[in-house]
Amino acid sequence: MIRAVIVMNNQGKPRLSKFYDFQPVEKQQELIRCVYEVLRTRAENMSNFIQANSIFGPDAWLVYKNYATLYFIFVFDSSENELAMLDLMQVFVETLDKCLSNACELDIVFNFSKVGKGLKCNHAGPKINDLVAQLIAHDFLSELLSELNCLLVELLGFCIFLASNLI
Amino acid sequence: MAGSSIMETLFQRTLDDIIKGLRLQLIGESAFISKAMEEIRREIKSTDPHTKSTALQKLTYFNSVHGLDMSWAAFHVVEVIGSSRFAHKKIGYLAASQSFHDGTDVMLLITNQLRKDLTSTNEFEVSLALECLSRIATLDLARDLTPEIFTLLSSSKNLVRKKAIGVILRVFGVYPDAVRVCFKRLVENLESPDPQMVSATVGVFCELASKDPGSYLPLAPEFYKILVDSKNNWILIKVMKIFAKLVQLEPRLAKRVVEPICEHMARTGAKSLMFECVRTIVTSLAEYESAVKLAVVKIRELLIDDDPNLKYLGLQALSIVASKHLWAVLENKEVVIKSLSDADPNIKLESLRLVMAMVSDSNVSEISRVLVNYALKSDPEFCNEILGSILSTCGRNFYEKIIDFDWYVSLLGEMSRIPHCQKGEEVENQFIDIGMRVKDVRPELVRVARDLLIDPALLGNPFLNRILSAAAWVSGEYVEFSKNPFELMEALLQPRTSLLSPSIRAVYIHSAFKVLIFCLHSYFFQRKTIASSSLSSNDLAQGVSDSVSVRESPKGSGSATCEAPANELDGGFNPRIPSQLSKDIPTGNGDDMIVTHGQTSSFASLEKNSFTEDSISNLLNLIEMALGPLSVSHEIELQERARNILGFIELIKQEIPGSLDQGEGNFEREQLKASEVINVMRDAFSKELGPVSISAQERVPVPDGLMLNENLCDLEKICGDVQLPSTSSFSLGTPHSKEKIGVSLLNLQSKEESEPSTESTSLLAEHRKRHGLYYLSSEKNEISSTDYPPANEMKLQDDLHDDAEDLVKLTEQSLVPKKKPNHAKPRPVVVRLDEGDEVSIVAKKPDSKDDLLSGAVRDVLFGNEAIPTSSRRNPSDKSSSKRKGKEKVNIDLPSELKENLGDEEKPDLGNPSSRRSKHRTHGKERRHRSPGKNDEEREENVQKEKQKSSHRHGRHKARQRADGPLNVVAQAAVIPDFLL
Repeated sequence: MIRAVIVMNNQGKPRLSKFYDFQPVEKQQELIRCVYEVLRTRAENMSNFIQANSIFGPDAWLVYKNYATLYFIFVFDSSENELAMLDLMQVFVETLDKCLSNACELDIVFNFSKVGKGLKCNHAGPKINDLVAQLIAHDFLSELLSELNCLLVELLGFCIFLASNLI
Repeated sequence: MAGSSIMETLFQRTLDDIIKGLRLQLIGESAFISKAMEEIRREIKSTDPHTKSTALQKLTYFNSVHGLDMSWAAFHVVEVIGSSRFAHKKIGYLAASQSFHDGTDVMLLITNQLRKDLTSTNEFEVSLALECLSRIATLDLARDLTPEIFTLLSSSKNLVRKKAIGVILRVFGVYPDAVRVCFKRLVENLESPDPQMVSATVGVFCELASKDPGSYLPLAPEFYKILVDSKNNWILIKVMKIFAKLVQLEPRLAKRVVEPICEHMARTGAKSLMFECVRTIVTSLAEYESAVKLAVVKIRELLIDDDPNLKYLGLQALSIVASKHLWAVLENKEVVIKSLSDADPNIKLESLRLVMAMVSDSNVSEISRVLVNYALKSDPEFCNEILGSILSTCGRNFYEKIIDFDWYVSLLGEMSRIPHCQKGEEVENQFIDIGMRVKDVRPELVRVARDLLIDPALLGNPFLNRILSAAAWVSGEYVEFSKNPFELMEALLQPRTSLLSPSIRAVYIHSAFKVLIFCLHSYFFQRKTIASSSLSSNDLAQGVSDSVSVRESPKGSGSATCEAPANELDGGFNPRIPSQLSKDIPTGNGDDMIVTHGQTSSFASLEKNSFTEDSISNLLNLIEMALGPLSVSHEIELQERARNILGFIELIKQEIPGSLDQGEGNFEREQLKASEVINVMRDAFSKELGPVSISAQERVPVPDGLMLNENLCDLEKICGDVQLPSTSSFSLGTPHSKEKIGVSLLNLQSKEESEPSTESTSLLAEHRKRHGLYYLSSEKNEISSTDYPPANEMKLQDDLHDDAEDLVKLTEQSLVPKKKPNHAKPRPVVVRLDEGDEVSIVAKKPDSKDDLLSGAVRDVLFGNEAIPTSSRRNPSDKSSSKRKGKEKVNIDLPSELKENLGDEEKPDLGNPSSRRSKHRTHGKERRHRSPGKNDEEREENVQKEKQKSSHRHGRHKARQRADGPLNVVAQAAVIPDFLL
């Protein structure tokens, strides 16, 4: 199971954090700090997997990837495949990328957040589904939606934060 | 009022304004945030739903990204969820899933809202509610909403059904009784034509099976079908994960799944699926040689890949293989060893682990040497990883890999000197452990300890303190192997010992005491030898033995006899004692004579070190000088030990000056007192300390009248702040009552005497001159290494400046599995008390939650066959009292159960063989019934009553075909033998 998704910049500032088992806010912040401390020591072109037992408790793995100034981090346990997680992250990032650039920057992003969420949701599902289908043959979306994580819809909501923070 | 509300709405800052403002703010981030929070607190109380939800949205953002508390707004979250507009609802649900937890008290208020949304016609509202539920579901929520979720599991809308499947995991987790209701529908989804449904369902089963695989064995046919048919990598990965668990419980499954898995592995282009195949094979199917061979080929592909991720995973897979198929590692050893110098710490660690897996008793010294030299060059962290893994590998199972202990002990010494070494504790333990267990290595051990002790530079390194304490203990305990006790004494009392912690200094002082006793004993003995030899012109040895036996025989035999019962009591857990006893008691005085022979000749050689009056009184002065200040130390342990030794010197001093002036004639009588005192002390210290079995304590019978359960709380209050010195466990001398003549030790000593003593007084002088200065002991005296084949002496030189290439070259030959080399010396005996000296690992009991869940699942899958356990009874008790909204679904379950029982199962609960015969006697269609099916039928009946079963009959039959005949094995009663 995926236990957490974190996006932070390379100064350790969280941009998006999602913990799929409840953590008090202070604990969340501490975990993010710990993760950052681990990540900052790692040079480029090292492997993207880290055993995170010391941070997240037993059977915790962490896969991270650095895109420009952002770290994307997935925390998961042994019932996930490491490489599949890496792929999933890639899909996630490319989806974000596509959504935001297609969405004509902020204006549409704002519309997105203010009005017609239902409408957008209507589109979001199939749209990203197609995207996923194009990107890789795997159907990761179902995983995204079903795997307790319910990532996507919230994720689109968070795109706004993310985007406006990036810009 | 209305006006202000409009104004508020008009001028409210949206989330985007906040985010923009946060980036442009001039007043500082925290000030900006606290200002925004003030606004939020005001706005969230607004009656206007839009204002309220925007405020909540901003709060959610701050909570998520800036870590601000939002638990205070829980009630407002409930309000926003209740809003009729989707946009508001969405914000509310997001906030709820982010901030609600089991302890949130307003949780009870959202049950109805959730139910309303779950039954909504708008699928997006339903999915919002499901998403939220998947995060926050509590026992109450799950119990109350199970019927709705049950309905949604067969929803015609894919979006909803998918999410309902996801929610099931959480619901099962908090409310195991839901299994009885929802499980069958969940299983149905495994056969859905829509891959998304299958993916979601398999995901849920993968999670469930990772906690309790046994319960899901009956579903193996369904999983097998997916494994063979599915083209979706994601699903295949998950199914393989499930099989990896199931195969370990049911070996017969392996035969069936190994083929499709190999097929997938060969066919797929996706690395993730390929790696999963490899991992499944090496973890769960390792006994299928051909499959493992294929997997190793794939691993090799990963290893030579440039992508560090693949390389890392390849190494990981290899280390799983290593335990059963070492050849796979040896085949790839080049890559493995090269990876030791990889930039990536992950890869380095994995390859280190693999290198240690390749260690055998024939190559342990070479590999260790290479690694130690490599450790010298690497960064501190990895250096310690290397040292740690060497120590744990060599120490495993009573040093089974070590043949040449002299080499190993000197390696330990070498490791302690590595600047980054932080493995003090492990080295300490091994030093002492080897000293106690391996008799033959003690001379070398003492030499290594001496080299460590006399180096003043080492005292400053806090990581080495523990090692030094072990070295001090070793050289005190086995002082008779020391070449130069005076030098040792100086090392133990050197000024820089003040840098040590008190507990370790206490060990130093106690060791100094032991050394002192040894010196005095030797001195008196020597005097006596000379005296007696000058007295009588007899044969030297005869005279000595006479004088000694006169002195020792009364006590020797006396102590031996009175000791016997006591020792027999200990004998149970210390096998060393009986063997000593048998040596001691029968021979009695004769033994003493043998000893004295040995001793006289050893003293002859020690005479060069000269236990003269001068040297002894110098020694005493040195001790008095060094320990004088400590007799008023604030550390109790230090003070007491220092005082002990000083008091002892007081006692002895009264005798010695007198003896210096005495003529030869009355020498013996005068010194009798002193030597007797010293003998008593000597005997006390020379009793050997052996390793103690971990079960020793249990074997001591509890004496009558001892109340072990008595409350010691009061005592704890008193002793609360007294810290036990950590060293006391091994440094305490044996009590006087058990005094005993250390025959065996002295015998050993006589072996050493043949070696020429290289130490001289000039070295001692030099040492004294340099005292306190930084110098490394340069003398690498080759005491006992002479009778060993030179262990790659030349390579050692090269290693210092080699890189990975050389590592490969160096280990080239050592890693090839060799024939057992001819060792010049047989492996010394390692004392092991009981085979199971390791702590037995107690299997972790699954917690009650899992118990409940698996109980429920078994209940559903295996019908009523399983013997009712308390864990199963609990939920049903609970449910009968608590169940409310569920009745309409499973109200007819009891009757179904009864029906089934009456049908055929009732008489032979849990008796597979009789069951089987029974089945035989039944009609043909009955014979193929698997236990899992009962339940299916039951479920079917439920369905029938709901007028829904028409389409399910066909599938049921298909399943029936898949189910094989029942098995004879007891276990098979619950596991349908579908695949065989």
